[in-house]
Amino acid sequence: MKKIISLMLALVMVLSVTGCSSEDPSKKSEGVMTYKEYSDAALDSEVVVETYVQAKQGWWQDTATIYTQDGDGAYFLYSMPCSKEDYDKLTTGTKIKVIGHKAEWSGEVEIIDATFEIEKGNYVAEPTDVTSLLSSADLIKKQNMFASFKGLKVEAQADGSAFLYNWDGSGSHDDNSDLYFNVSVGGNTYTFTVESYLCGNDTEVYKAVEGLSVGDTIDAEGFLYWYNGVNPHITKITKK
Amino acid sequence: MKTSSSICVNVSKAKRLTLLSVLRRTASVIMASVMIIACFTLLSGCHGRRGNDAFVLPESFDASREYEITFWAKNDTNKTQTDIYNKAIKDFEALYPNIHVKIRLYTDYGRIYNDVITNISTNTTPNVCITYPDHIATYMTGANTVVPLDELFADSRYGLGGSEIRFDAPTQSEIVPKFLEECRIGGAHYAIPYMRSTEACYINKTYVEALGYEVPDVLTWDYIWKVSDTATAKNPDGTFAVNGQNVMIPFIYKSTDNMMIQYLAQKDAGYTTSEGDILIFNKDTFDFLYEIKKHVETGAFSTFKISSYPANFLNAGQCIFAIDSTAGSTWMGSKAPLSDIAEEMFVDFETVVRTIPLCDPEDPKMISQGPSICIFNKSDPQEVLASWIFAQYMLTNDVQNAYAETEGYVPVTSKAQKSPEYLDYLSREGEDDKEHYDIKLKATRLLLDNIENTFVTPVFSGSASVRDAAGQMIENVTKSVRRGETVDSSYMEKLEKDITSLYRLDRLKAGSNGSSTSAGDDDGSSPSDATKESFPAASKVLLTILCAVWLLLIAYGIRSFIKKTKK
Repeated sequence: MKKIISLMLALVMVLSVTGCSSEDPSKKSEGVMTYKEYSDAALDSEVVVETYVQAKQGWWQDTATIYTQDGDGAYFLYSMPCSKEDYDKLTTGTKIKVIGHKAEWSGEVEIIDATFEIEKGNYVAEPTDVTSLLSSADLIKKQNMFASFKGLKVEAQADGSAFLYNWDGSGSHDDNSDLYFNVSVGGNTYTFTVESYLCGNDTEVYKAVEGLSVGDTIDAEGFLYWYNGVNPHITKITKK
Repeated sequence: MKTSSSICVNVSKAKRLTLLSVLRRTASVIMASVMIIACFTLLSGCHGRRGNDAFVLPESFDASREYEITFWAKNDTNKTQTDIYNKAIKDFEALYPNIHVKIRLYTDYGRIYNDVITNISTNTTPNVCITYPDHIATYMTGANTVVPLDELFADSRYGLGGSEIRFDAPTQSEIVPKFLEECRIGGAHYAIPYMRSTEACYINKTYVEALGYEVPDVLTWDYIWKVSDTATAKNPDGTFAVNGQNVMIPFIYKSTDNMMIQYLAQKDAGYTTSEGDILIFNKDTFDFLYEIKKHVETGAFSTFKISSYPANFLNAGQCIFAIDSTAGSTWMGSKAPLSDIAEEMFVDFETVVRTIPLCDPEDPKMISQGPSICIFNKSDPQEVLASWIFAQYMLTNDVQNAYAETEGYVPVTSKAQKSPEYLDYLSREGEDDKEHYDIKLKATRLLLDNIENTFVTPVFSGSASVRDAAGQMIENVTKSVRRGETVDSSYMEKLEKDITSLYRLDRLKAGSNGSSTSAGDDDGSSPSDATKESFPAASKVLLTILCAVWLLLIAYGIRSFIKKTKK
């Protein structure tokens, strides 16, 4: 009996590993758009995509806001109707089929008024290094993707600090305010954000940004969110 | 609340009965027990399981004790406003060293509302809270949750401008009556106004004139639609003729809730009654939706929720009529001191401010909105009194003037409005593009000149849902047109059904707290209403117990029947 159980367990493990490694995150089911088709689709049109949860911004009033990505590109699902029970099932890597409408809000292209169903499959994206693209018009092609940024220098805010609670310093740690900090690379300066619904004041990245000093050199990871221009939502920083 | 406490004890005892012991009883005893549990649980639920005794004003304030009071405040993501809150607290604590105020800042009324609702059940509400009357009506579904303020207002020692108050507080008559009236719910005042604003139309006059029109002193809906449609004309290369850019949304409305509510008020059409009757699905509403449809089709109209902040488009020369709160005026115009867009995106144009478009220029009607302050009841009346004294401090001239000047707000007391400092502030319109930014001061004057033309909507438990529904209809029609869907009478019928279901409007009816008035949302947030939420925990427990007991009864009956049959 023990041998049989051991064999079965081994078989399950092998199958699991095979399953993981054979997942093609770009492959689509019948009737589902490729990323290119999604990208080419007009705003306000209906879109059907298969994608994989990469991070969850939050659940609020029976809706979820989620960063997702497949093998070719990323999809930001904004305020998607979702029960708390289903929300809890949407762990990183979970494959979902989403039907919704393509929309744009302050430059951020997203899927709204969506419905979803969980599918079999799992994919966790590796960050794409977009440092060299930061000042490029091509950066928008990577919108919403999980990205990495290398060799950034922390610049001073108007008041001389390394970061602000809220965009103008009106927030605080206790209020779990977003963190805003400026970084420069290649002679250009960019505003990065720790979105507190995504990474709250109890997370490593939040604390790490609170510990930054002007002039620090850092690497960062996060999602290429847009708000009137690129405004990455940072999930990790490493001080060099 | 002794009654409530004793009921809770009884419920606890009932819960201790084991299922087995229940089974051993006769069906009639079980049914009796069930009924007792049901009655007790229902009563407990109705009267607030953890409610406080009604607040009784102490004879005197015990200044020998230390108090820590919590203040949940809302700011417009504006550092100056948070600085003013902090200064107010510091100044207040200097006057009352034994009262310590701990502030928690929010940037969204909806979040405050949801957190308060959550904390009512655990009796951990804040002491003092910035809020809207719509929300208070829902808070009041708990017994003695919110303190009625009339007795406090009138108290000669601790009341408004009372003899024992250590600062120069306004008297009740010095609070603008119209604003104070907005805080009356069910015959009593449950809040004091803190700041007031209305909506304004911020206009790119340069573009209006380029299109061959003049900006009239009073806008009408017909005018704004006409100019907006004209502004959608394009050049042969696909850019818009008026701005030469790829983007132009001539008319953007920030709060579609207000858009619908104000239009209906201007038309003297139905919305709700103070008894909680929902009248919103009427001919005027649908006529307005069809009108909106036409202008979405031309590309003349969009909303904040669909496109983004009107200010961003206005300042970039991509919008001509931007309707937003007067409390958002520092973001408006080509020289706006606050902005979300890059400097290089700004376009130079002349900005003018007008009231919102009207149906009848001779009969102006516009919403009165802005934050109010309520006080939550606590078991310690001294703590409540300390909270009241602090709340009163927020009405002093220093706080009123300082906060009002951060945006196009108006102080809520005539004492502050008539103060030399405030009059000096108003007289310096356009001296600079920061503190005396002309658009901000014009927006402020717009409200000061129209206080008598403002209105608020009836407040009752669920009125916040109706407000959300009003805006959602516009959002839905706008989105549907953009998506190429057919918007016709069948669509409207379905819309009414969907909106009724989404906001549970068919279940709404004013409770005992239904009454007078409400202010609208400044920030366009969409707080869910408690009526959208599921049953309270006590009801869930009751229903679960009832189901379980019925199942056991059935099982017991079947078992007995089988036993008898076997015998």
